[in-house]
Amino acid sequence: MAEIITRQAVVEESTTPMPGPGPDREFTVEARSQWKTIVRRFVHHRLAMISLFLFVLLVIASIIGPPLWKYKFDQTLRKPAGSGPNWLSPTWEHPFGISRTGYDQLALVMRGLQYSIRIALVVVVVSTVLGVVIGAISGYFGKWIDTISMRFVDLMLIIPFQVAVACLQRNVKGSNWLWLALFLAGFSWMGLARIIRGEFLSLREKEFVEAARAVGAKPMRIIFRQILPNALGPIIVSATLAVGGAVLAEAALSFIGLGVKQPDTSLGFLIERGKGEAATKPYLFWWPVVILCIISLTVNFVGDGLRDAFDPRQNRVRA
Amino acid sequence: MLRFALRRLLIAIPLLVVASILVFVLVVNTGDPLEDMRTNPRIPKGQIALQEHKLGLDQPVTVRYWRWVSKAVHGDFGKDNKDRPVWPQVKRALFVTLRLVLLAQIIAVLIGVTIGVISAVRQYSWFDYAATGISFFLFSMPIVAVAAFLRYIGALRVNEWLGRTKNPLIKVQGDRTFPSKCTPNNPGACGLRAGLYDFATHALLPTLALLLITYAGYSRFQRASMLETLSSDYTRTARAKGITERRVIMRHAFRNSLIPVTTIMALDFGAIIGGAIITETIFEWRGMGRLLIDSINKIDPNILLCWLMITATCVIVFNIIADLLYAVLDPRIRLG
Repeated sequence: MAEIITRQAVVEESTTPMPGPGPDREFTVEARSQWKTIVRRFVHHRLAMISLFLFVLLVIASIIGPPLWKYKFDQTLRKPAGSGPNWLSPTWEHPFGISRTGYDQLALVMRGLQYSIRIALVVVVVSTVLGVVIGAISGYFGKWIDTISMRFVDLMLIIPFQVAVACLQRNVKGSNWLWLALFLAGFSWMGLARIIRGEFLSLREKEFVEAARAVGAKPMRIIFRQILPNALGPIIVSATLAVGGAVLAEAALSFIGLGVKQPDTSLGFLIERGKGEAATKPYLFWWPVVILCIISLTVNFVGDGLRDAFDPRQNRVRA
Repeated sequence: MLRFALRRLLIAIPLLVVASILVFVLVVNTGDPLEDMRTNPRIPKGQIALQEHKLGLDQPVTVRYWRWVSKAVHGDFGKDNKDRPVWPQVKRALFVTLRLVLLAQIIAVLIGVTIGVISAVRQYSWFDYAATGISFFLFSMPIVAVAAFLRYIGALRVNEWLGRTKNPLIKVQGDRTFPSKCTPNNPGACGLRAGLYDFATHALLPTLALLLITYAGYSRFQRASMLETLSSDYTRTARAKGITERRVIMRHAFRNSLIPVTTIMALDFGAIIGGAIITETIFEWRGMGRLLIDSINKIDPNILLCWLMITATCVIVFNIIADLLYAVLDPRIRLG
């Protein structure tokens, strides 16, 4: 309590040279309540909240599941004496069945999920940083910097990005999930860069930017401290949706055999492994597929909820 | 308009040149085509060097690029690792894939636009909720899941239901029945009708898979765009003038609402190729997907180069088409 009072006192003290503290205090209250309303709007979006809950559940399962589950992903199971040819089918002991090579499928799926999420997080962090920095610099400075970077974006979009990533990661020997994630990020920042550039083009004309410039702030400070916080909405929404996109892109690549390789794994890798027996041993194929669908659906719902929360006027449609 | 079109076409030329450099750099970095030979201890060094010289790998990258590009502009894409000409292989695969993609695309746009318009006109009706829900669901589905569901569950059930488990009506493997040559022993492959029938039974499910996930995007987009035109000032003016509701919707709102969708349709090409590769893999078609996967696995630079150049050209061409369509449909762009 005391802290709040002192902070308020500091605010009042620092604003005394301004023409009256009244409007200024009103401004700080409003800034706080803007975030509060966004959070409230999001919390009231029921589907988005359920999706968030499910997604978090999956993430937790992928982290604490493997050490807790009684079978390990690399623990070969022997065929019990006297069992029929169906010993691989799901039982209470092995809810997802046993893989062709004798591993517990649930342990494999949890490990695959963990790698998928790990890859997605790396992709999202790297591609968001790339997209924001390039978009921001392009939109703020304009002129030739803008022209060059936007032509570069056009160029990057000419080659289907999955194909480019597949080509590049062919060279990587051994454990390749991190490289795969970095390549994916390197080819998926363009959309965000375009959005951020658009935001910056309009925001840089606002009065507060002019004020910051008049005070003598350097361009980098204006970009990252003044303008960027105002463009946070689209960044958060796009980063959320990118989680789904990255999981799907990785799964697609691994599914055609050009993504992650042994000793790594992922949901797409498991789907590819189960593909041959989708008709005869459906449990090996469908569990990773179902989890992939759940991730994609929940992430899209959360993204939609966030979009509505940030900008309720916008239509609930994604291009 | 002509000047606008010419300008767009002229920009495409430098874009293609830069794209060819990008593609070449990418393929050079894909790996060493002689990887297998080098790891095999029984192959003498001299033979590897000979092969290296034959493929031009002993030259600097710039020289190799120039050699490749000066032939490629004449339509000669060279030979693959097994000394077969590249272009016929890519052409055949491209034909198979384009057939699938274009068919799916056309149907997807028709269905998507229709559903989007009805949803927007009857906003918040049960139809709107159902259509929006379904398209959101399909939009979020990975293509692997949709295609696999159709192949392993859908096709099986339908064929069972039709009582044709021995000789299934809906085929799930390959893009046609082999042998496809018309011989006295194989009368099933003779004539246009038989050919079309064979194609239809093979193409049904892959087309459906691609169509289901692409239509969803279009219908969402069309709905938003139609809602926007419906609430615009000129629609209100048209209503105020006393024009019938049907005419307001069809002549005033609908036409203008098509503008964004036309461009999205053309710009989506790269993503659709990605989806087609997965669909082809599930249904075991021998199209661009198979060719790409094989050539990356075996590191076959000439096939890969040709593949990438063809898709890059397609993307650029579709971008130009999108720009031109936009300019035709929206005069403000042309003048701007």
